[in-house]
Amino acid sequence: MAKRVAIVGTGQTFHKSHRPDVNGQELINEAVQAALKDADIKISDIDAIIIGNMDHFEGINYVDCWSIDGSGGFMKPVIKITTGGTTGCSVAIGGYHLVASGLFDRVLIIGWEKNSESDTTGAITTAFDPIWDRLVFAGAISGLAAEAQAYMARYGATEKDGARVSVRDRKHALNNPHAQLRKEITIDEVLASPMLADPIHLLDVCPRTDGAAAVIMASEDSAEKITSSPDWIWATSNRHSYSYLGDADYGRLTSMREASQDLFKKGGIKEPRKEIDVIELYQPYSFGGIIWIEDMGIIGPGEGPRYIGEGNTDMGGELPINPSGGVISCNPIGATGLIRCCEAAMQVMGKADQHQVPDVNFAVSTGFGGCWWTDMILHGKKKPGK
Amino acid sequence: MGTKDNAVLDQGFDGIEPMVFESQISVPYSWWAGDTATYFLKGLRDEKKIRALKCTSCGKTYIPPRKTCPVCFVPNTEWKDLSGTGTVQSFTIARRQLAAISKKVPVIYALIKLDGADTAMLHYIEGISPEKMKIGMKVQAEFAEDRKGTIQDIAFFKPVKEV
Amino acid sequence: MDKAAIIGVGMTSIEGNKVRDTFADMAWEAVNKALDDAGMNINDIDNVITTSNDFWDGRTISCMAVGDASGAAHKNVSCVEGDGTFGAFYGLTRALSGSYGTTLVTAHTKGSQSVSSLITNAAFDPIYERSLGMDMISACAMQANAYMNRTGITSEQLALVSVKNHGNAKKNPLSQMPLDITVNDVLKSEMISDPLHKLDCSPVSDACCAIIIANEERAAKHKGKPVWIKGVSFCSDAFFFGDRDLSRAPALEQAAKKAYAMAGIKNPMKEIDTAEVYDAFTYQELMWLEGLGLCADGESGRLLEKGEFAIDGRLPVNASGGLLSGHPVIAAGLIRIAEIVKQLRGEAGKYQTKNPKTGVAHGVNGLCGQSHCVWVLGKDK
Repeated sequence: MAKRVAIVGTGQTFHKSHRPDVNGQELINEAVQAALKDADIKISDIDAIIIGNMDHFEGINYVDCWSIDGSGGFMKPVIKITTGGTTGCSVAIGGYHLVASGLFDRVLIIGWEKNSESDTTGAITTAFDPIWDRLVFAGAISGLAAEAQAYMARYGATEKDGARVSVRDRKHALNNPHAQLRKEITIDEVLASPMLADPIHLLDVCPRTDGAAAVIMASEDSAEKITSSPDWIWATSNRHSYSYLGDADYGRLTSMREASQDLFKKGGIKEPRKEIDVIELYQPYSFGGIIWIEDMGIIGPGEGPRYIGEGNTDMGGELPINPSGGVISCNPIGATGLIRCCEAAMQVMGKADQHQVPDVNFAVSTGFGGCWWTDMILHGKKKPGK
Repeated sequence: MGTKDNAVLDQGFDGIEPMVFESQISVPYSWWAGDTATYFLKGLRDEKKIRALKCTSCGKTYIPPRKTCPVCFVPNTEWKDLSGTGTVQSFTIARRQLAAISKKVPVIYALIKLDGADTAMLHYIEGISPEKMKIGMKVQAEFAEDRKGTIQDIAFFKPVKEV
Repeated sequence: MDKAAIIGVGMTSIEGNKVRDTFADMAWEAVNKALDDAGMNINDIDNVITTSNDFWDGRTISCMAVGDASGAAHKNVSCVEGDGTFGAFYGLTRALSGSYGTTLVTAHTKGSQSVSSLITNAAFDPIYERSLGMDMISACAMQANAYMNRTGITSEQLALVSVKNHGNAKKNPLSQMPLDITVNDVLKSEMISDPLHKLDCSPVSDACCAIIIANEERAAKHKGKPVWIKGVSFCSDAFFFGDRDLSRAPALEQAAKKAYAMAGIKNPMKEIDTAEVYDAFTYQELMWLEGLGLCADGESGRLLEKGEFAIDGRLPVNASGGLLSGHPVIAAGLIRIAEIVKQLRGEAGKYQTKNPKTGVAHGVNGLCGQSHCVWVLGKDK
């Protein structure tokens, strides 16, 4: 019989731009040890391990095999799931299915990246089709800029609206000791920062980060023995429908629309804006924070700038987004989606300390990457029905 | 779709010579060695010493040195200097000049268990004709003249002369 | 484990250089063959798992190249990086999780488009090992020496694996390297890395394979011959060779033990009727057979000489010709699963083994068999 699944422990490194004091598998180990400590279990209690990153960011083939010393995978089942930027959320979705299948009781899920070890833009460029897209497209920023331009043209949004999102996330990061960039910024500072690709300024985008995250998921029986306040996984969904950059509807994130409709249907969520209490959004640049929550169905198309401008998504607002400071404050790519999952779990479990949102019943965490792809998880405080 | 295109499809692209697009992934990497490997590599470079890390929980001595014991899952804290002699656990003689091999073949690769360590390390064997290689033979490290803080600061291992 | 079955398989031919096909072309062909085989269309597929490797494909996010051709558009989808047996494992858990009734699993490789030596060199630790210049062949040669030294298995016995598998390939129309060779031909072929000759090594290959896994409810509606998944497990050994005894395969032993326990198999030597094992090199077929508990430790060479692993032998091994006759790296294990499915359905044509009821398929990930995945499949529910 399929099992209910819950998160019972999370762990993160203190994310930094460079971690010269550790190699990759030593970095992984820090997050794994933190998650085991959080759940108060031992590595011998773990039945299987899922790990993910993006190969060409570190240039290590068969990372699942190479990282055994750090992951604790010696003589255990270890599997690698990799889907690009969405990886961190894809590994968490993987953990859900491994436990839900009834084949494993406790699964350790790891996402990591040492982005300081390579040329991130050079490596991302190789993600795209070598014949059609690779020669004319460099890194992730130009695609994101095209999305922002299309959205601004369609709905009349301004660069200031984007900057407001960066200001929010950077302010939130002040309360998260694991975030990399912990300094408040203003809208004027964002607009005055160097223009990378119109309309995106330097302070509209995420930094490069070395970091790792780990999550422990358990089946119902185990979970309730480990903790009295597990974070139940209510549903998972994703869409990776596009393969070529020209496939997308620029200005809208179709994958988010389809995945969230699927997710909320599976989870029985009818009015997401009312029912969801906090969102950890994989939002590598400011405008994504506007566009993508519209596609998630939180608000209608074009309503993002006003909704965010009025402070609804700030801490203390109607629906806080990225209490952790989000991706704008920290982006170790293969870990990033899993950090969203960690943070959502911490919110549900009441473990978010300084950046805790009160009384979280439902939380959503997401992953973004690939060719306009979205992965999503619905987290809940109450045990889901069958 | 025009009839001309259909004709192409009907033939299954017969007669069309497929084009091959030459490319390569070229990404520069700077791997942070971390404090553990840095200490080890400095030992090779500055003192011609091979150092291993011991797990104080299970007592196993690891080379390459591991920051944490993969089995006990606790930090390894005790450094041990090794003498540089050891035993060949297995070997191969690479005869074809495959792309990864930077030396001129034949190259002897061996897994060498150093005295005082519980795990073995990979390196070259030189100073012996390939036909004489045997599992179980004793070898010792020969350090490079010009040492840069890499695993190649050990130039190779060579047979220990029988006394 | 809840019951689940494989209800469709499809694969391209295995070739040295499919210059006419992109990754997506190969996936399209394999997926449509699997759908035809299952009597389904893409709308019957609830979710998709692709299996690929960014190094082998020369592309970050390599799954992007095959998602649409695998029918993943507007569906839930993920990608496993590793051997196809691992992708299939994740696909199975999704079918058992209650989320989906059917999973389509694909795995592809075009070895022809890359340089195996450099790609497998990148699997070595960048700080302690990589600059030495080892690759999959030199690493496995070192393992072969350790295994032969411990067990007394000979080069002639290794060569006989090559003779058998290339001979079996003559009966498999999808195989890349059907060959009529002798032990002497193998021993006289170029020594690539002692003790492995050219004919001890699998070739560079292009191919894609797809399978469809269904939960019990959906398998019950299937009109063809479902092949039931009785037990499956995977396990990883330590990374550094020096932490392992390279002459043994404890991770394989553990995975096999768990898979047999799930399948209720007490004596695999008697209860397994046919096996497809990961013979990337000749010695691996022998070493893995022992690790799988399908013969006693060190006995495989002698049993091979007696003909026990031939198509008409006691335990036919790699009746399809195995990886020695075609080795599309990431697809390799998924092809092993598909071949066992064909055997259990009685649809393996000229290389059909005699009336098998239970078969084992085996996949490997990493260098020198660091990580193994074992599938026990059965004809009966």
